[in-house]
Amino acid sequence: MEFSSEQIKRYARHIILPEVGGEGQERLLSSKVLLIGAGGLGAPCGYYLGAAGIGTLGIVDFDTVDLSNLQRQIWHGTNDVGRYKVDSAKDSIERINPDVRVVTYKEKICSENIKELISGYDVVIDATDNFPTRYLINDACHFIKKPLVYGSIFRFDGQATVFLPEGDGPCYRCLFPSPPPPGLVPSCQEAGVLGVLPGVIGAIQANEAIKIILGVGRTLNGRLLIYDALDMKFTEMKLRKDKTCPLCGENPSVLDLIDYEQFCEARQ
Amino acid sequence: MAECNELLNIKGEICPFTFVRSKLALEKMKKGEVLKVIVDYEPAIRNVPRSLEEQGHKVLSINKINDTDYEIIVEKDGKK
Repeated sequence: MEFSSEQIKRYARHIILPEVGGEGQERLLSSKVLLIGAGGLGAPCGYYLGAAGIGTLGIVDFDTVDLSNLQRQIWHGTNDVGRYKVDSAKDSIERINPDVRVVTYKEKICSENIKELISGYDVVIDATDNFPTRYLINDACHFIKKPLVYGSIFRFDGQATVFLPEGDGPCYRCLFPSPPPPGLVPSCQEAGVLGVLPGVIGAIQANEAIKIILGVGRTLNGRLLIYDALDMKFTEMKLRKDKTCPLCGENPSVLDLIDYEQFCEARQ
Repeated sequence: MAECNELLNIKGEICPFTFVRSKLALEKMKKGEVLKVIVDYEPAIRNVPRSLEEQGHKVLSINKINDTDYEIIVEKDGKK
């Protein structure tokens, strides 16, 4: 492809990098990333992916913007309250970079639609806030072999890692084989979250997605990055594939997608 | 002097876009091929060669060709 003069200017700081160059920028422009969740993690992640010139950015979220979201979900404004989050997100990205084709899905992810949703994308980003969806995303990415960039936040603590379909890395179920029982874990709404926290973790997720697309550096695959915003400390935990994992182990018991019951009781 | 395979006239362009455009032109060429870059932005004759060398190319010469213009002759991956 030939870059336009505008693109040469827009992506100059990428093109200058030996690890990116014109070739890498072309790869970003022809890549497709699916962002599941347009909230706290999705906002910074989607913003950076859009600015980086990801060619197609799919965004999935069935929810509408609430005033209580704005403390952390920085791509929605006060005027967006009541709008679908994906519509507000699309406007924000298009304002930054018209090169990006934003595809919105106002759907709740379930076992019926997830495989079809992710099948057309190169990388999937889990920017959700609940366990049933996390397990669905992990399992679907395992079944149809998509790289998955995981992130989660709770109060002042964040986590991020990368699950790759190839190689001998772990999946989410190697860490947590099955979801906790409903009601045991407080949701974001009950527990609170520092507004900046998803900014840090979401930006890390964007960083990892870009590295996967470019094929440069070392991703978080096999490592769980743990961030403590109160102590301002990053720690790392080695993750190994679990031979007894119910999904990717030697004798798997999870052979198809499972719709777990909704945990976030406040939402029902 | 080596014969040039490609010519890139970027008069009117300033840094860092002089380097960005030179780099993009070199990406499309083969190792060992020679690119001639014409610039009229004087600081570029220091910035562009330095950046090109950093990224593994070999700057063969830098010449003032008239009152306003300069040429930078560079061999792709000449340092690798």
